[in-house]
Amino acid sequence: MQLTGWGKYPTIESLVYSPCEISSISSKILDSDHLIARGLGRSYGDSALASHVISSLALDHFIAFDDVTGILTCEAGVSLASILTTFVPKGWFLPVTPGTKFVTVGGAIASDVHGKNHHLEGSFTDHILSLQLITADGSILECSKSSHTELFYATCGGMGLTGVIITASLRLKRIHSAYINETTIKARNLDEALELLDANHASNYSVAWIDCLATGQSLGRSLLMLGEHTIEGGLILGKAKKLTVPCNMPNFLLNQYSILAFNALYYNKQKENITKRCVHYDTFFYPLDGLHHWNRLYGKNGFTQYQFVLPKAAGREGMTAILKEISASKRGSFLSVLKSFGPGNANYLSFPMEGVTLALDFKIEKGLFELLNRLDGIVLHYGGRLYLAKDVRMSEATFKQSYPEWPTFAKIRAEYGADKYFHSLQSTRLGL
Amino acid sequence: MIKNILIIGATSAIAQAVARDYATQGHNLYLIARKEGLLQTLANDLKIRGAVKVGIATMDANDFSSHAPTLEKAYADFEKIDVALIAYGTLPDQKALEKSADDTIANFNTNAISVVSILTLLANKFETQKSGTIAVITSVAGDRGRQSNYIYGAAKAMVSVFLQGLRNRLFHSQVSVLDIKPGFVDTPMTAHIKKGGPLWAQPDAVAKDIIQAIEKKKDQLYTPFFWRYIMLIIRNIPETLFKRGKL
Repeated sequence: MQLTGWGKYPTIESLVYSPCEISSISSKILDSDHLIARGLGRSYGDSALASHVISSLALDHFIAFDDVTGILTCEAGVSLASILTTFVPKGWFLPVTPGTKFVTVGGAIASDVHGKNHHLEGSFTDHILSLQLITADGSILECSKSSHTELFYATCGGMGLTGVIITASLRLKRIHSAYINETTIKARNLDEALELLDANHASNYSVAWIDCLATGQSLGRSLLMLGEHTIEGGLILGKAKKLTVPCNMPNFLLNQYSILAFNALYYNKQKENITKRCVHYDTFFYPLDGLHHWNRLYGKNGFTQYQFVLPKAAGREGMTAILKEISASKRGSFLSVLKSFGPGNANYLSFPMEGVTLALDFKIEKGLFELLNRLDGIVLHYGGRLYLAKDVRMSEATFKQSYPEWPTFAKIRAEYGADKYFHSLQSTRLGL
Repeated sequence: MIKNILIIGATSAIAQAVARDYATQGHNLYLIARKEGLLQTLANDLKIRGAVKVGIATMDANDFSSHAPTLEKAYADFEKIDVALIAYGTLPDQKALEKSADDTIANFNTNAISVVSILTLLANKFETQKSGTIAVITSVAGDRGRQSNYIYGAAKAMVSVFLQGLRNRLFHSQVSVLDIKPGFVDTPMTAHIKKGGPLWAQPDAVAKDIIQAIEKKKDQLYTPFFWRYIMLIIRNIPETLFKRGKL
């Protein structure tokens, strides 16, 4: 069948196998030398695309839950949405969540996703106690920080290239309410935004929406959003919204003028410097989940999200250089998100490192990849790197320069024979 | 009120979605299916979601002699069954079956005869109990024979007519009989078919429709709803025209 990532670029023909039981996976591995596991397909680029794909979607069962410690064991195809639906009413929340709940636990581990609390809580796999992996020879290995340690660190953030993750145990976090106290602060430019992010380090959740088309004195103007779980409000689930983008929108819908106008309106919507409100977690964490298939807004040629991180010391200077390059190109991004990261972890291919990260959406069109190549140059110059879960076009050289532990990763893959079977379009492109 | 829900073919994607919704509401479930390992997995999952009591039994629907003892086991555990849902079936390769009478009969055994056997046993239980709902997943394919899928369609049609009669009989015992006719649903059963487009539904959405139809004691459910209108048109195309088509 035809498969594509969330960015709708590229699209390939692929054989998809959806096992209903864990026991039927092993025999499928030997069928192909170009195989990758896939969950809900929310990675933007080509990391879950291969000629053969094992879908985890029918493996979506909870296995055990301890309501004293909050430790949940589940199959890899369980979505974060279904964890929330089941456990929020019981007073538990995800320790780390990305900006969509429509990802699977397996996918969240493979991409080592991060959220608005990275500066305090690290990334998703920092909360994984153990996982089970089917390796190339079909055996099931229990991996954790104390068992098959290297394989654990390679699998967390390893983009599915070590085998098929089948189950995982993670520790949920106690909440008393499904609501978040949200504070929004205006930042007139990049300097102010970065200062505010620093000054609000103690805030549980923080993220800044940034107007990447603003220039001059306003370069990097932002709305910083902070959040804290509340005590009151009740453990209620959000109402499922039914808005759907029914089909691919015309390619011209998002152009430099419409995006400029949207960004200016969004920034100026808020009059006061600081506003506070109490919102449901769905509104705070997953604003885009309410609009199904929002990726169709970019038209049939698709889009890509460019997300990079720069080390803390280089943040201000590097970020300024990149924003200047983008606003000069007039290729605006509808949603640009700025966030500060805490220290990275021990995984070989995890994206986060202490510093600042910026994520931008770009419609795929002529001239875009030239711009992104120029941005790669700046990112590399300042010692940063790109997020593999979003990437669809970085070069092998860029990857190998910015992920210095890739040789260790490759060595462990080879040790377990994974390099003979598990590949995605991305891993082939990156020379893994 | 906590209900006891029996599901036969409990590992099918639609059945799993139905079971989850019932579990979340705190009802008890009794699951019957072929695959023992998967049944245990489902039972654990449903308890975590909120079901208090989950019973399981393995049964191959094609082994007709196992029907009565398996149902007895369920009744031994659950005294009373409020809702019985039959959710199993296979989508055969029509072209392959056309070449073999034996395979065609075997498919009728799975999709029709075994269901009739189970329904006969359940009907008698529900008739004496004088309450509850018997629900069966058939298919829109049973509404009209089409060259591409008539063996499956004929089996489902047989069950649908059987249910009509049963509904009429059990009405007088306050038992509702629901015939569920899904259209295209994105499940492992349809994994080999090219998907996408507005006609394809997710099992979760179909499950919500089913539970609502059971609650409202409906006779028949097309799910998603628009299939009712699609099938209305398809049923009403004159045969002289229809036979020339390629549906």
